[in-house]
Amino acid sequence: MSSITTTDHSETDHGHADHRLFGLATFLVADGMTFAGFFAAYLTFRAVNPLPDGHNYELELLLPTINTLLLLASSFTFHRAGAALRRSDHGLCQRWLLVTAALGFSFLAGQMKEYFALPFGLTDNLFASTFYAITGFHGLHVTLGGLMILIVWWQSRNGGRISVDNQFPLEAAELYWHFVDGIWVILYGILYLL
Amino acid sequence: MRIPPAILTLLTGMGLVLAGLWIGQNVNLLPVDASANAPVYDELFKVLFSIGTILFVGILGLLIYSLLRFRRRAGELGDGIAIEGNLPLEILWTAIPAVVVLFVGIYSYDIYDRMGGMTPLNDHSMHGMQAEQRTWGGISPVSFDGQEGLTPLPVDVTAMQFAFIFHYPDSNITTGELHVPVGQPVALQMKALDVIHAFWVPQFRLKQDVIPGQPTLLSFTPTRAGSYPIVCAELCGPYHGGMRSTVIVEEPDSFAAWVAKNSPNASVDTPVAVQS
Amino acid sequence: MTISLTPSPSLQPQGWLRYLSFSTDHKVIGLQYLVCGFLFYLIGGALAGAIRTELLTPISDFLPRETYNEVLTLHGTVMIFLWIVPVVNGAFGNYLIPFYVGARDMAFPRLNAVAFWLIPPAGLLLISSYFITGAAQSGWTAYPPLSITTPATGQIIWILSVLLLGGSSIFGGINFIATILKLRRPGLKLMQLPMYCWAMLGTSILVVLSTPVLAGTLVLLSFDIIAHTGFFNPALGGNAVVYQHLFWFYSHPAVYIMVLPAFGLVSEILPVHARKPLFGYTTMVYSILAIVFLGLIVWAHHMFTSGTPPWMRLFFTIATAFIAVPTGIKFFNWLATLWGGKISLNTAMLFCCGFIVNFVFGGITGVALAQVPFDIHVHDTYFVVGHFHYIVYGGTVFVIFASIYHWYPKVTGRLLNEPLGQLHFWLTFVGFNLCFAPQHWLGLNGMPRRVAEYDPQFTLINQFSSAGALLMALSTLPFLINVVMSAFNGAPAGDNPWNALTPEWLTSSPPPVENWVGEPPLVHEPYGYGQQPGQLNLDSTSGRELWAVGQSESS
Repeated sequence: MSSITTTDHSETDHGHADHRLFGLATFLVADGMTFAGFFAAYLTFRAVNPLPDGHNYELELLLPTINTLLLLASSFTFHRAGAALRRSDHGLCQRWLLVTAALGFSFLAGQMKEYFALPFGLTDNLFASTFYAITGFHGLHVTLGGLMILIVWWQSRNGGRISVDNQFPLEAAELYWHFVDGIWVILYGILYLL
Repeated sequence: MRIPPAILTLLTGMGLVLAGLWIGQNVNLLPVDASANAPVYDELFKVLFSIGTILFVGILGLLIYSLLRFRRRAGELGDGIAIEGNLPLEILWTAIPAVVVLFVGIYSYDIYDRMGGMTPLNDHSMHGMQAEQRTWGGISPVSFDGQEGLTPLPVDVTAMQFAFIFHYPDSNITTGELHVPVGQPVALQMKALDVIHAFWVPQFRLKQDVIPGQPTLLSFTPTRAGSYPIVCAELCGPYHGGMRSTVIVEEPDSFAAWVAKNSPNASVDTPVAVQS
Repeated sequence: MTISLTPSPSLQPQGWLRYLSFSTDHKVIGLQYLVCGFLFYLIGGALAGAIRTELLTPISDFLPRETYNEVLTLHGTVMIFLWIVPVVNGAFGNYLIPFYVGARDMAFPRLNAVAFWLIPPAGLLLISSYFITGAAQSGWTAYPPLSITTPATGQIIWILSVLLLGGSSIFGGINFIATILKLRRPGLKLMQLPMYCWAMLGTSILVVLSTPVLAGTLVLLSFDIIAHTGFFNPALGGNAVVYQHLFWFYSHPAVYIMVLPAFGLVSEILPVHARKPLFGYTTMVYSILAIVFLGLIVWAHHMFTSGTPPWMRLFFTIATAFIAVPTGIKFFNWLATLWGGKISLNTAMLFCCGFIVNFVFGGITGVALAQVPFDIHVHDTYFVVGHFHYIVYGGTVFVIFASIYHWYPKVTGRLLNEPLGQLHFWLTFVGFNLCFAPQHWLGLNGMPRRVAEYDPQFTLINQFSSAGALLMALSTLPFLINVVMSAFNGAPAGDNPWNALTPEWLTSSPPPVENWVGEPPLVHEPYGYGQQPGQLNLDSTSGRELWAVGQSESS
């Protein structure tokens, strides 16, 4: 049976290489498409459905801009945490993770503050509904990401599950966090600046 | 003397094309045509029907021929011939369908243009359109302008669960049955009160969704007297199947008589509903 | 060659009980998908029977009107989301893809099990809504404002179960992409994979890109229903047509999610039973990729009467019509695969040929429907119902049956009964065409879809159609008898009854837990059938022997 060649040992056998990050990246593409659908709906609404008299698209910019900077900074600090882990410096890694989580939760606090200060409620007009739906969906992602960071923080203590040999949980949380940041930048551009 | 296979194939192909063309022209699957664009539509239908018949019968014939000719006979164990592909052949059957769909696309675009589908909808010189009100889609009567000098007859259509209401702004008639004169363009300005409906007259070959919040327009020129069904074609609730009405196409004289009889000249402010 | 089953170290239940467990074995999950899907097919079929019974008479007399709308909504949703999509992707994908890439299992076995176990609860939730509060009444399309104004509970349950099923589909898609791209046996190149892998790769890309958009849209719709926002509610300043755009951005690709895997399965079955290589492998791959790309940019052809702007109609007409080109390539290639073969006309082959006939017919009406002026007349009529069933039933369901006849010996080690199979095919084929061909005429002549009552002039044709539906229902009986009886009494098939070359046949039937006892085979030429004319004795060689000779000569 020379037709069916077999090799002696290969990595396909039993323990194959770790493809979880690839799977997560694929999932994030799908998640991104959800946001893309929301953005497309928002832009179409905005292009063809005029708001009732007395309503407009204006939003306060200061707080969201600070929030944007917070999130961007948190992406950077998360990256530093990963770098520290790769040097097996668990203490530094944990400190950077705490900073990241703090930035993330400050973002959420800022978002809540903005919600309470806004002059419109969920059902006031089409813009209000879309605004709350999109930012709320994104806020849900940030909340999940914040919880993930806390779990990763706990597990990356010296002797925890995460180490230089098992970086996956941290890398996964980091990839997800960068994704959430990226979505926010697009969201900020479309909802606030446009 | 044996006829070479190439000639046989060619003859079969020619026979198939002729048969397809004949079937397309002579087998009528459509209801009677009663509007100016119905014959235009039927022309497209015949072309598509011919092409479709040729393709379908051709592929079916090829398939049945292969199954019979290349079937495994009792006692045969071997494989077929190892042909893995043939690039020129594949280029051929990529190019031919591409040319056919391109032709069909351009042709149907031309048909659609002749039906008035490509004319801009928001021409504000049109009747009954406030400057604020936008028409979202449909077939515009602009294409009829200058055609025999006839101005379109405006009718406002209101669709609701589960009826169509027709209002003639010129004579202030409100009715549940659409009356239109032969030969005059009609411009339906349509709005829905609750959910999405669709206005369809099969004999006119025309359909337009009636969408709440988005007024639409539908224009046609009836050409054949008679009464035809108006059908709601978008699921609109439990009585969707019963949401039907009638369009009565009449000679101009009898239409004028109908208008004169039903127009509430005496009391313009209170429109009278005409029972159908 | 018989490879005995090695005892599995797995702690999971063995025997039939494992089919009810949270098994991570891709073969178990594949069969779970298949059986679960088939049970929902029976439910969906019963619902279709109720519809065809109602339509025997032109008046609404069999079901209450609300119930009729619930039935048609459930029929569409069950058939699409619980039968065709899970079976043609989940069942065959899970069973075959790891074999084809030379792997022991899928890339993420636990995610795989989660994806399956989302389906039964979602399906039961959907069906139960009918008994608890009344199911959704707005069709499987759930167009607002109708879906906002019909009873809310049923609609919310519908949204919830579709979201669960969408999640299951996305998890499955991620798993297939990772398995095909990352788990290939070393030395196996992408362009050496069996065609079904390419079909599943394309399908999974569509799933990952389009399903989330539907999920987001349904979440917005549920806000409209529960929280009284006005996204799609014109009464509150919203826009009902935006929903249609977002819905069809998923639901048009969904047609390819149902049909592309079927194309892949046909590409596996035809060469085996025609004893010839698959014609034009490379163009087949590119045509799948072209269909994936075009499938994403044609959604608005479902909305030609929805008040879309003229430029949009023109663009979507041309884009849609062009899908016929890559699809046509595939059909011509299949015909060329048959040409010059040694075709065994068994049930699997018959169902494949039935698929070709039906799908060519559905494809031709599809190109016609892509033309705006044509569509304006027949949109939302029985013409569309006929066309759609030619694609998904005449197309995909025929292929599902072909695949069951083809792979049943792989799964059970026994052959299905041929005469019963042929009876099943002919009943299905005649019943199907009798049921759906006349519906084209109904649509052209004025019968809209989703109606419980209609113009009495259509009575006779509707009765023909219902008679066809009855034949289709009857055709399930020989199939069920065959599948159950053959499991116990079927002729032993051996490991490779078809002398096939794809890797799933190069192991025992049924296969061991990790697919191969030894190393997975490296199959460079999954379609290496056929013989060079004049090279070997024509009556005694099969593809494998010839292929083996060729391999040893070249190496």
